[in-house]
Amino acid sequence: MNESLNLWLIPVLPLAGAAINGFFGKKSSRTAVSVIALTFCGAAFAWALWVASQFSSLSQIPHQEYLAHWIRAGSLAADFAFYLDQLSLVMLLVVTGVGFLIHIYSVGYMWDDPGYYRFFSYLNLFMFFMLTLVLANNYLLMFIGWEGVGLASYLLIGFWFTKDSAASAGKKAFIVNRVGDFGFLIGLFLLIQHFGTLNFAQVFDKIRPIAPETAGAGLLTAIGILLMVGACGKSAQIPLYVWLPDAMEGPTPVSALIHAATMVTAGVYMVARSHVIFERAPIALTVVAIIGTLTALFAATIGITQADIKKVLAYSTVSQLGYMFMACGVGAFSAGIFHLMTHAFFKGLLFLAAGSVIHAVGGEQDMRKMGGLRTYIPWTFMTMGIATLAIAGIPPLAGFWSKDEILWKAYQANWIYWLIGLITAFITSFYMFRLLFMTFFGDYRGQEVDAHGHAHATHGHDDHGHGEPHESPAVMLVPLMILAVLSFVGGWVGYGDHFGHFLAPVFGSGQATEAANQASSYTEYLLMGVSVLVAVLGAFLAWLLYVSKPFLPRMIAEALGGFYQAVLNKYYVDELYAKVFVKPLVDGSTSILWQGVDRKVIDDSINDAADGAQHVSDNVRHMQSGNLRSYAGWIAAGAAVVIAYMIWLGVGR
Amino acid sequence: MVPLSYYLVLSGILFACGVAGFLIKRNIITIFMSIELMLNGVNLSFVAFAAHWHALAGQVFVFFVMVVAAAEAAVGLAIIIAVYRTRETLNVDQVNLLKL
Repeated sequence: MNESLNLWLIPVLPLAGAAINGFFGKKSSRTAVSVIALTFCGAAFAWALWVASQFSSLSQIPHQEYLAHWIRAGSLAADFAFYLDQLSLVMLLVVTGVGFLIHIYSVGYMWDDPGYYRFFSYLNLFMFFMLTLVLANNYLLMFIGWEGVGLASYLLIGFWFTKDSAASAGKKAFIVNRVGDFGFLIGLFLLIQHFGTLNFAQVFDKIRPIAPETAGAGLLTAIGILLMVGACGKSAQIPLYVWLPDAMEGPTPVSALIHAATMVTAGVYMVARSHVIFERAPIALTVVAIIGTLTALFAATIGITQADIKKVLAYSTVSQLGYMFMACGVGAFSAGIFHLMTHAFFKGLLFLAAGSVIHAVGGEQDMRKMGGLRTYIPWTFMTMGIATLAIAGIPPLAGFWSKDEILWKAYQANWIYWLIGLITAFITSFYMFRLLFMTFFGDYRGQEVDAHGHAHATHGHDDHGHGEPHESPAVMLVPLMILAVLSFVGGWVGYGDHFGHFLAPVFGSGQATEAANQASSYTEYLLMGVSVLVAVLGAFLAWLLYVSKPFLPRMIAEALGGFYQAVLNKYYVDELYAKVFVKPLVDGSTSILWQGVDRKVIDDSINDAADGAQHVSDNVRHMQSGNLRSYAGWIAAGAAVVIAYMIWLGVGR
Repeated sequence: MVPLSYYLVLSGILFACGVAGFLIKRNIITIFMSIELMLNGVNLSFVAFAAHWHALAGQVFVFFVMVVAAAEAAVGLAIIIAVYRTRETLNVDQVNLLKL
């Protein structure tokens, strides 16, 4: 390994930034904090770019770099070592690039927050863990990053921890993720037990010769499904998606960075990274596809009814992640990663633009109290419009390319996936344009609410003062524009499947690619046309309902009755979980573990022992009277006893 | 010849008297005398055994005990006089400054 790219610098730079800001940020000025945070994050990005420029000249791909020993236990070895191939390079650039832009944006967005330095420290910490996750060369180091981003996510969701809802949302995210991590860990244990290593290269080398497991699902299927459980937690898939919408309690840049662009895609990355395992476990792969497809549709339908601008985007994120899993599930890993990348661009942009909107209207998040904002904040409107077009899948924007790729691959695997994906695409287009129209078109509905006595006092965070909606400062707009450009052109790398070819060394030119060559391109163009048509239809329907005839949605909602209520309340999944899991757990802990074991067994035994000791001592202390003659008496009595005993011994002999 | 057991019984009685005096009496000089009584009770058993077994060690021990008892008497009486000068009492129950 003579060629060193010093990959360790990429994660360590943000860690240094986090440490400096975390330890000294409280006393330094906002400017200093921003300079440090941006410098270290930007340096990581610059280094990643340099690595990318050197990538093609590497003699050996995957390129591995060893940094230090970590764990050597028997035959198991896990080191601080890095693994760079096409897949991690893409992730690396997405994470550092989008991360850097969001750092810049945060300078403007968080400027008035008293926890300014804390915010940037956490944000840099997140970058460190995310880059560790992406660059790790073994599952264990990846798991460290995996848990670390969970920690950063927890800290940032609960950033405004004085607010009850934010604190509990952080807890919810953390706990739900633990459920997934449990599966992930067991998967890793199985890997250790049967392959004796967690190193990517070694694991995959050992698995490659194994034939795909078919009907009699075996070890690889189990590992695959367990890994998927982990991915479900981190990437918010059914049944563990419930934390992501609540995670919107965090500051908006956090939603953009962690809960849209990077962290939640870690599950997709992990599944794609483990493609060797999944390709040999068709049943696990089917599970991935089904979960992804269902999640895509399920979350999209909830997205239609939400009124909170960030909640809509959150469900949209869940739904888009579902798309990525669908792609992975049908074996089109490169399509999934492609969508991951474009999604990072346009969903990051959507959240940042939503943040700009919230900033403009003084902390309001309810779209029913917005409207007509396009004249007030034209730049935000334009960038958000581009992002909306991109996510809806209108050519030639980024979302079109990646989504079409996924739908095409899904169609080849099973037309049901394709159909559900198409329906989801329609719904996606509809709710995104609904968001756009409700926010930017019609008349501004914010003032009348103010007259009713500050209805949005509950949305106290993100509060930047009231009055006319006003455009955000340049420091927030520039990242928006850059991301808008990326959302526009980011999909072009998919033209002619360049992106797929780039990733081909990682995923192999799978059977899907060959099938694609055989299938007539006529079908592909037809499907493409259908999906564009569907996107346009969705947009048109949204225009009809929310611009042209704004009275219609209420009528439709009333006509649907109970079903509408169910969707509005997110299918009562949270309530179901509360009843089935949370309440029994809380009750059981209260009555058995707390009142039973802790109070009755542990506390009582300790207290009884203490009481007993005190009681005995109370009686015995009278012996120590201070009366010299009584002591002498005790001595004499003791001596008498000893003598009696010795005499008895003598007699007995 | 007087049997050994007589000496031993007498020695035991002397010792028991010493113990009883030590425990019962409050006057510090009486207590002191009780201690001497106990020592001499033991001395008696020593010489009795020495005579019985024709061994000299017992008699040597007795001389040691006497020397120690004399030294002890000198120190003890000095302490008693010092106590009496400061406390103006010989009652041990009233000499209790070290008691908590």
